[in-house]
Amino acid sequence: MSTRHILLGLLAGGPSHGYDLKRRHDERFPQARPLAYGQVYTTLQRLVRDGLAEVDGTDSDGGPERTLYRSTAEGAKELAGWAAEITPPAPFVTNEIFAKVVCAILAAAGPTPTPGPASTPVRISTADPASSADPDPDPVPMPVPAADPVPAADPARYLIAQRAAHMARMRELTAVKTAPGADLATVLSADYALNHLDADLRWMTTTAARLTTLTAEVDPT
Amino acid sequence: MSSTSMSSTPMSRTDGAVPILAARGLSKAHGETRALRGASVELYAGEILAVTGASGSGKSTLLHCLAGMVRPDEGSVVYAGQRLDRLPEARLSELRRTEFGVVFQFGQLIPELTALDNTSLPLLLAGASRKAAHEQAGEWLERFGVRGQEGLRPGEMSGGQAQRVALARALVTGPKVVFADEPTGALDSLASEQVMTALAHTARETGTAVLLITHDAQVAAYADREVWLRDGAVSADAVALEATR
Ligand SMILES: Nc1ncnc2c1ncn2[C@@H]1O[C@H](COP(=O)(O)OP(=O)(O)O)[C@@H](O)[C@H]1O
Ligand SMILES: [Mg+2]
Repeated sequence: MSTRHILLGLLAGGPSHGYDLKRRHDERFPQARPLAYGQVYTTLQRLVRDGLAEVDGTDSDGGPERTLYRSTAEGAKELAGWAAEITPPAPFVTNEIFAKVVCAILAAAGPTPTPGPASTPVRISTADPASSADPDPDPVPMPVPAADPVPAADPARYLIAQRAAHMARMRELTAVKTAPGADLATVLSADYALNHLDADLRWMTTTAARLTTLTAEVDPT
Repeated sequence: MSSTSMSSTPMSRTDGAVPILAARGLSKAHGETRALRGASVELYAGEILAVTGASGSGKSTLLHCLAGMVRPDEGSVVYAGQRLDRLPEARLSELRRTEFGVVFQFGQLIPELTALDNTSLPLLLAGASRKAAHEQAGEWLERFGVRGQEGLRPGEMSGGQAQRVALARALVTGPKVVFADEPTGALDSLASEQVMTALAHTARETGTAVLLITHDAQVAAYADREVWLRDGAVSADAVALEATR
């Protein structure tokens, strides 16, 4: 994501200081990660260095003095060029859901692992996928007794749970989007997120159906 | 809305609430095809429940049984304490007219009638005067954002406008339950959003329960809860998932 172009876009509305840019970014892109103030500051320095923005005086408003920045003609040209440039249609699909399913299928098809010694940690994610939109990806190491079998990866079960988490997030976004008085920035960003979650969901549904067919072929009971 | 109410889609509620409509072990065959095989589902007062599932999984048949339009071969349908599947036809059709509203994918508006007359129809059938019916129908059309289109016939409206008129007609009598079978199935995404927003807001305002059939996840996301149908039964996957919570 090009922070410099986004800042140029925000500056296109008129001169601003760093804190104001951060605040407006977070308002305009409500589903995005909030911009760090340090990042705003270093990006502004680079825009000035490259002649795309310049200092427009200071503004104190009773409080501490703040530097105002404005876009230059060169900056406006750079912004227009970026906004019209075609983005490559996602040539590399590196998604965690996809990776988990592929790895679980590999594990399920491979030889049954023998249980290790008692100290071998088995990594089990404790995050409830349905309880949070952005579940903590850090798994917690759990020691298991030597006699316990190694838990088998189950892609079908994972897909069902992941689907429920996606649906829960889609319900939240729909509520946000359709709340009376939702502004355009909120609606657009909720739409964007909803369509991407929907795409994941379709892929998960198709994959679940494919797995059922594969299982039925191997084990026709 | 709180994050806890959003975090899961339970098969049935655990708070002791009594469902307004409950089906148990429904089976229904169309000739050789077994459309339903022991489907059970509960709908609570004021909730929007999405029923999803692949094409041919029995969603429409389930809706027809729940709405008292089709009698199941086996199983029970209980609405507000009475067995719908055992109710005499005359009593059933009166109940459908006074307590239920129905919206389909398309085709339920009468082509020769204007939006206002289409919406007034259920009130006229219930014995209202023409003037009172028109007044009330006009209010409902306004609520669904189709004021100004009262004089148009279905063929002169967009698909989204026609569906909102159909919703106004389904809700004009103040039903307890609205059955909607793929109400946005023939609409583009913006028209679908308008129809679903109107339906969800109105249902929540009036406390009307909605059984919403859809295979579109973005439409199901307007519901409070979701169940899946697979091969004529509420999916065992969903049950297994609930058991893990
Ligand atoms: N009137 C009918 N006559 C014969 N078969 C039917 C009839 N209605 C539905 N079916 C069959 O029953 C199954 C379930 O249909 P339906 O309830 O319409 O599913 P869905 O709404 O999920 O697509 C399908 O195989 C369908 O072809
Ligand atoms: Mg159907």
